[in-house]
Amino acid sequence: MSEFYALLFTVAFWVLIIGLGLKIYQYIKTPAPLKIPLTPAPLTKTGVGFRLAKEAIFFASLFKSNKWIWLFGWLFHMSLFIVLIIHLRYFLETVPEWLVMLQSVGKYAAFTMVIGLVGLLVRRIAVPRIRYISDPSDYLWLILLIVIGITGITMRFFSHTDIISVKAFAIGLESFNWQQLPLDGPLLIHLALVAILMILLPFSKLLHIPGIFFAPTRNQVDNPREQRHVSKWALNLEAEKNKKQP
Amino acid sequence: MADFETPKIREYPVVPIIKEGAMEGTSPFVSRPEFDNKLGYPGELPEDWKDKALAKMGDLLSRYRSLQVFMDSCIKCGACTDKCHYFIGTQDPKNMPVGRQDLLRKVYRRYFTFAGKYFPKLVGAVDLTEEVLDDWFSYYHQCSECRRCTVFCPMGIDTAEVTMAAREILAHVGKASKYSNEILTKVDRIGNNLGLPGPALKGILEDLEEEIEEDTGVAVKFNMDAEGCDALLMTPSADFFAEPHIDGLIGYGKVLHEAGITWTVSSKASEAANFGLFIGSYENMQKVSMRIREAAIDLKVKRIIFGECGHAWRVAYSFLNTLAGPFDFLDQNYPIPQHILEVTHGMLERNELRMNKEENDHMTLTFHDSCNIARASRMGDQPGGQFEIPRAVIKAACNNYVDMDPSTTHEVTFCCGGGGGTLTDDLMEVRVKGALPRMEALRQVTDENGVTNVAAICAICKSQFTKMLPYYGFEMDAIVSVHQLVSSAIVMKGSEQEQELDGAGDEDNSAPETDTD
Ligand code: SF4
Ligand code: SF4
Repeated sequence: MSEFYALLFTVAFWVLIIGLGLKIYQYIKTPAPLKIPLTPAPLTKTGVGFRLAKEAIFFASLFKSNKWIWLFGWLFHMSLFIVLIIHLRYFLETVPEWLVMLQSVGKYAAFTMVIGLVGLLVRRIAVPRIRYISDPSDYLWLILLIVIGITGITMRFFSHTDIISVKAFAIGLESFNWQQLPLDGPLLIHLALVAILMILLPFSKLLHIPGIFFAPTRNQVDNPREQRHVSKWALNLEAEKNKKQP
Repeated sequence: MADFETPKIREYPVVPIIKEGAMEGTSPFVSRPEFDNKLGYPGELPEDWKDKALAKMGDLLSRYRSLQVFMDSCIKCGACTDKCHYFIGTQDPKNMPVGRQDLLRKVYRRYFTFAGKYFPKLVGAVDLTEEVLDDWFSYYHQCSECRRCTVFCPMGIDTAEVTMAAREILAHVGKASKYSNEILTKVDRIGNNLGLPGPALKGILEDLEEEIEEDTGVAVKFNMDAEGCDALLMTPSADFFAEPHIDGLIGYGKVLHEAGITWTVSSKASEAANFGLFIGSYENMQKVSMRIREAAIDLKVKRIIFGECGHAWRVAYSFLNTLAGPFDFLDQNYPIPQHILEVTHGMLERNELRMNKEENDHMTLTFHDSCNIARASRMGDQPGGQFEIPRAVIKAACNNYVDMDPSTTHEVTFCCGGGGGTLTDDLMEVRVKGALPRMEALRQVTDENGVTNVAAICAICKSQFTKMLPYYGFEMDAIVSVHQLVSSAIVMKGSEQEQELDGAGDEDNSAPETDTD
């Protein structure tokens, strides 16, 4: 069983890295032939940096749009972020001081994460407009994340797992030195679902993670009159090559 | 008049409940081979249409990062679902921005993603069938490419980009909208969207000169094809004869006269609008843009100034440099291109225009932010100048001004309902229903603040309002051009208006002095 999980995670890790890497490469490679920032837009690169940060950290546009979706969505994402950071302790030989401190409050983030997810799921089911646009996978993602969250909470607060061994297992993964995993139900479910998530991420709507940074509507500088912007393929068009010269 | 009901103005606009299929099959007329062939499209459904459509989709995905990213990154959060005026007016869920995108996304997933190829049901992927094609044709022509949905999307997904891509794919399998394609051939053949030939245009301009001289005593020049002027004026052809557009043109003429800027229109490029944008064709948009470059070179001008037109200004401001630049042969001391409002506003700032606001005292005005100016372009050198500059000019021209509800103006303005290639009689139902949110906001300021007129800076908005206002119980001529207000208020040097204000022969002139032209 431990071997299976070790293999699963090794595969999941590489699928995630390579899959995501290829997608990002595709996004970078695909030209943006026209200037289409959503205006009013920043006039400088720094401004664009702030704009993207506001979107990625505070979900600024979502806030403008719908306070409920924002509340649940933001709660979920920020909690997940904290939870992920706390999980670093399984991968670091010596746990730094700040991480220990974060952990004492951060462990409750799993609850807020599940609350956020349940909120999103309820909305998805209860609001006809959102139900209309939902496919089975949209529900499954939420359920998967909720189960990951709940199994995590179970291990943390109710049926404690031998985290020393889990840590040894995790660190072993890094060096291909596979270690034994405690065979607890919640842990196995938790880990299996995380691995599934990692494997499916590059093939799913979870691509919104890189996608948010690649939307030309938000990442372009508003300077079309000052700076000529032409893509490679457009340079090769007949009209471009034969244009009238003064 | 037509076999549909005009939506009721609601006292408290709430999110409407969805009515599936409400607008199914509502489509524009299909274009004809005679137009399509000229634009590089087949004009009829080819035998292997499915392969052709998918190949085009693949091609666009590889050429447009926007499309590729937007196809992947929608999380189906629903934030955009209630933001489109066409959804609000029709209640059809396929008019929710994400619903509209999904028509293409479902096919993208089926043929271009792993999940959709092997687990179509799971991710809602569907085969490309003729029914799907019909749905595309219908619903991608119920989008005005206004980008309101983008403002609210956490992923920055721009449905306009998706709509343009879909229309380009459709055109490649012989299913384009007749309205846009016919007009594009007219621009190519005659020089403008309305098919107004050079001699007729010349006649109109001469009449305008006479009319202004009669009204003011000042000889304001309206040149056509005159070489060596300072500026080439690009303006939507509606400005040449439709009301209230033409009153705006008179306004530009007066302002430029006061500024001492000589200008000309070009009979070959007598149209600012670029319908290549609507159909999502880079090539056609470039072709239309090149006329402006050519006219500027031929007529040896130093500047290019654009009149009041929304989508035209988007293409001019955001794309002209890309499509037909570089413009290193023009005077680099001015923005290229420049909007007439930037000219007028600059003069007002420098105190170079004398305005008599009382001339517009019979009106209480509000301003309709045109979608493509608000969300796809800028004026002036600060972000948001596209909101402040028109308002500053209006306020300089009149005493009574009120903004509409802030949830319907500035960056979240509602489209007039006729943009993006929908301004055609065959889409009247779509236009009337899509106008609902704007009309509701207008009704509110009419009732609460006594607004009598709404000013706009887009030829499409002006035409659309002229048609829509009566449907919603307003006067047809409640829509005015911003430069029409300027035209009424402006006190040109040496004009009869100046004499009236200052008393004949009285040299005590309170207007600031500027260099004589
Ligand atoms: S707001 Fe954006 S991400 Fe959310 S459903 Fe609409 S298009 Fe998709
Ligand atoms: S671009 Fe405008 S018309 Fe099109 S879906 Fe978005 S809000 Fe609706």
